[in-house]
Amino acid sequence: MAQGSTTQGSTTHGSTIGAVAPTVARRSGAAFSEMLKDSALFALVTLGLSIPVVAYRTDLGQGTGLELTGRWGVVAGLCLAVFVLRLGQRLLLGEVARRREVHRLATVDAAPVVARAGRVLGPLTLFVALTLPLLAALASGGLSEGRYWIDLGILILTYVMLGWGLNIVVGLAGLLDLGYVAFYAVGAYSYALLSTVFGLSFWICLPLAGLFAAAFGVLLGFPVLRLRGDYLAIVTLAFGEIIRLVLINWVDFSGGAAGLSSIPRASFFGIPFTAGEGGFAQTFGLTFSPMHRIVFLYYLILALALITNLVTLRMRRLPLGRAWEALREDEIACRSLGIDTTMTKLTAFALGAMFAGFAGSFFAVRQGFVSPESFNFLESAIILAIVVLGGMGSQIGVAIAAIVMVGAPELLRNLTFLKAVFGEGFDPNEYRLLLFGLAMVCMMVWRPRGLISERTPSVRLGGRPA
Amino acid sequence: MTLATGITRLATVQDEPPAAIPGGPADPILVVDHLTMRFGGLTAVGDLSFKVGRGDITALIGPNGAGKTTVFNCITGFYKPTEGMIRLAQEGGETYLLERLPGHDVNRLARVARTFQNIRLFPQMTVLENLLVAMHKPLMRASGFSLAGILGLPGYRRAQAEAIEKAAAWIARIGLTHRADEPAGDLPYGDQRRLEIARAMCTDPVLLCLDEPAAGLNPRESADLNTLLRMIRDEYGTSVLLIEHDMSVVMQISDRIVVLDYGIKIADGTPDEIRNDTRVIAAYLGVDDEEVAAVEAEVGLAGAPA
Repeated sequence: MAQGSTTQGSTTHGSTIGAVAPTVARRSGAAFSEMLKDSALFALVTLGLSIPVVAYRTDLGQGTGLELTGRWGVVAGLCLAVFVLRLGQRLLLGEVARRREVHRLATVDAAPVVARAGRVLGPLTLFVALTLPLLAALASGGLSEGRYWIDLGILILTYVMLGWGLNIVVGLAGLLDLGYVAFYAVGAYSYALLSTVFGLSFWICLPLAGLFAAAFGVLLGFPVLRLRGDYLAIVTLAFGEIIRLVLINWVDFSGGAAGLSSIPRASFFGIPFTAGEGGFAQTFGLTFSPMHRIVFLYYLILALALITNLVTLRMRRLPLGRAWEALREDEIACRSLGIDTTMTKLTAFALGAMFAGFAGSFFAVRQGFVSPESFNFLESAIILAIVVLGGMGSQIGVAIAAIVMVGAPELLRNLTFLKAVFGEGFDPNEYRLLLFGLAMVCMMVWRPRGLISERTPSVRLGGRPA
Repeated sequence: MTLATGITRLATVQDEPPAAIPGGPADPILVVDHLTMRFGGLTAVGDLSFKVGRGDITALIGPNGAGKTTVFNCITGFYKPTEGMIRLAQEGGETYLLERLPGHDVNRLARVARTFQNIRLFPQMTVLENLLVAMHKPLMRASGFSLAGILGLPGYRRAQAEAIEKAAAWIARIGLTHRADEPAGDLPYGDQRRLEIARAMCTDPVLLCLDEPAAGLNPRESADLNTLLRMIRDEYGTSVLLIEHDMSVVMQISDRIVVLDYGIKIADGTPDEIRNDTRVIAAYLGVDDEEVAAVEAEVGLAGAPA
């Protein structure tokens, strides 16, 4: 950072008319030595960091002690690599900055391009989502062989739905909710308990689970929604943990850490997916296949996710949705315009929670088993990361982020050919969090406001909704 | 809901006679009665009483730190005053005690709208959306608290079309039609000021409170502002209460001026009276050393530490 100002300083000093060429040479020379210095500093920091971590390897020795093996060669290699990389980066960045300076007026703004891409991506993603079971079957040569892809689709769609639900709270209303998974848990346990204890069917439990989750949203919202920003985040985080700990410790109610199992499976509007008499296959004259249920679950979560999306898109164009966005922008101005901020926040919170409840009850019916471990903070963090990476308030952005965040680890698992390169013990899945962090850093550098940060107006003067 | 109605009823006083404050307009829309606001040991506003005439433009002026914005915040429900009453009388005869209403009800029920000293638009939302948010109350009712709206019933669509029409009229009036679909935060400063006034007007107020509407405007924009404010008074019959430092605005358009200094009212009258008031001149410009004693005696500060 300091370097930028030095270069500029030398520019102003040297730019006298008639001595342009030597000046440029002098300037680039000074800049280059400065870059060398900068890269050396980076290498030095690497050295400092790698001494405690890399320089010695501890092995179990013959006796009880540890043996230290020096690895100074590796340290030197690391430092050199960092030095070279930094130097290359600086040279490249300098070149890019220079070109950008030259073409500043000619450059096309990237934002509309991204927005247009989003408009094309939306229908495309929807088409793929609608035909995924077919595509999977065609690609892998049979419905059963395509099961992996359909399962992955279900997983991704669950997160898309959760992301869209949380998007109402975080993206539209601007309330940072770190305990969203609590409502997911409420939905899952609602279905698990209602169906095992009272024997209610999935189709009755689904709306009930949504209602319960919304009720919990209101319950939490009433006391805490006067808080803002960081404080709200802390309280919601605590709420998420409380729900999880209650589920673990209240053994009589929730089965404790062991969870609840043998939850009834979903039926096709009352027709069970069984092989025997009166089953789905027989009723529709098909040969029985366990895949029928999987495909049904896939379309079920797709429908639920699309409903979430539809409601959100609709809400954005309604006064309540606009009030949410206004609330995110300026709460005080909202109050001066006669908007009841507490009620408005509460509706956003309750609606977001309701969709988490739906998703939760779907989770329970799909797994047939729920335990508190499925609802830890990491889940909340992933859902929030999906919303933030996708671009707060952008529906298609959230969908893409969910595909990347949930799909990428699966992709990693399949990169078995890397074993040929790095040796048999290499498991690409172990580098998941590393890549995840790298992706985050890249996002913060290039698209700090999320994949799709363009906000489409909810209404245009022609009356044509955007 | 029941709680809210209870509060409303509490705050609605039907049969109390207007406060006996001598002088001022005959038919006040707003009566500020012995208003005191203390922050800890600091008395920002001390025993202030004044009236805002119906259909008037009333200016609240005073040197920096005189407590003008504090008065505004008390009137618009952002502060709860330590003492005193703020009574708003609507034309229909309903009276509201503003200091008892919860913040948002000052606008929703009593129909007092305000703008802010540092502009508070919704910067990422478009000009049109900003105005639609201001019509939250009628639109919310038309959308059946979102239920009818989500189903796309025709009643809501009609209401929305009307709201857009009204917003478009305001956008045209402040000359922003060509930028109606742009984010409000991208507008130049002067446009943002006018948009904020238009947004406040979209809530159908009976009293419009403007906090330094001319701050940061150039002379031509100030003149436009004068025209806009006169139009608001004459065409809509909205009473206007404004804080302003720009005397070219204050003196030209005000029907009445209230002058504050150190939280105390030092003058109240027509622009001509204010212009020649020695206490106002003393507060704004100070006085020569040899005249200090004389002026202090005149304003009743005799014996106060110099």
